[in-house]
Amino acid sequence: MLAKALAIGIGAIGPGIGIGLIGAKAMEAIGRNPEATGKILVPMLLIAAFAEAIAIYALVIAFSIK
Amino acid sequence: MSEGVIHENTLYAEPIAHIGNFPITNAMLNSWLVLVIVIILAILVKKNLKKVPRGLQNVMEMIIEGFLGLFDSVTGSRKKSLKFAPLVLAFFFFILLNNWSGILPGVGSIGQIALIGGEKFFIPYFRGGTADLNTTLALAVIGVVVSHILGVIATGWWHYLNKFLNFKALFEIPKKVLKEPTILIVNPIKIFVGFIEIISELAKIASLSFRLFGNVFAGEVLLASMSAILAWGLPLPFLFLEILVGLIQALIFAMLILTYLTINTTKEEH
Repeated sequence: MLAKALAIGIGAIGPGIGIGLIGAKAMEAIGRNPEATGKILVPMLLIAAFAEAIAIYALVIAFSIK
Repeated sequence: MSEGVIHENTLYAEPIAHIGNFPITNAMLNSWLVLVIVIILAILVKKNLKKVPRGLQNVMEMIIEGFLGLFDSVTGSRKKSLKFAPLVLAFFFFILLNNWSGILPGVGSIGQIALIGGEKFFIPYFRGGTADLNTTLALAVIGVVVSHILGVIATGWWHYLNKFLNFKALFEIPKKVLKEPTILIVNPIKIFVGFIEIISELAKIASLSFRLFGNVFAGEVLLASMSAILAWGLPLPFLFLEILVGLIQALIFAMLILTYLTINTTKEEH
């Protein structure tokens, strides 16, 4: 049980920081150039999903630990 | 619900029937159904194509126009986009409908009770097709293998082989070593990079399949655990999240396959 918690807990740190950075940079970009919101949003979501996928790997490992 | 029945989200898809030794799993049944839906949709749109689009054709044309615009930004030319669009869009629609089918009511909640090792297990008749690693692995393998085949066709097999096993760099060493001695250092690195390329091809398949499977499966577990906490209202925002995740993951899978296709069919210049 502890192994499961550690797997997802530690595995979520990196992607969490990553998604935070992606969001921060996107907000910064929108702040600089509000007209580009539509252009920034879709790539931001895609890249956030990439970062999220790493947390998902940890989640799959957490599920598969017996 | 009868007592003593174990409900759990298993990592693998459960078999619900067998044909000989071949198990029919619930995820497979679901992906067949999705396939039937995609085919029916395609036939419906194809049957009455008109110059001036109406209704369903209008919607499909809008979607495909949008996608072609997106594809152009990756491939760089409309000709290439049109060449890859059938494969990539097929991936997109198949994965999208599979992801969304996992959150339909009845999928994962209607099923039979089976005795496995003396314990009663609940086995649903349907399970989101992409919530099974076999499906996503198959899709990833198809995509990557097709990108290699098209790469060989587009750039020639000798050029393509040298991307992975760099014979060209190896043969260059004795020819040019007197003129430029630095080649003794540069070309072994090029050869080593080729080996890394081979590993990255395997990593592509692994990351594509695990990303999709993990996201969809984690979504199902999330919904199940939220429904276990409070079945009224609480799963609603998560259902919305799953609709979004299903769309984004289908889009990512399709766009990644398109990027691999584009990279492999473009001749790299030095």
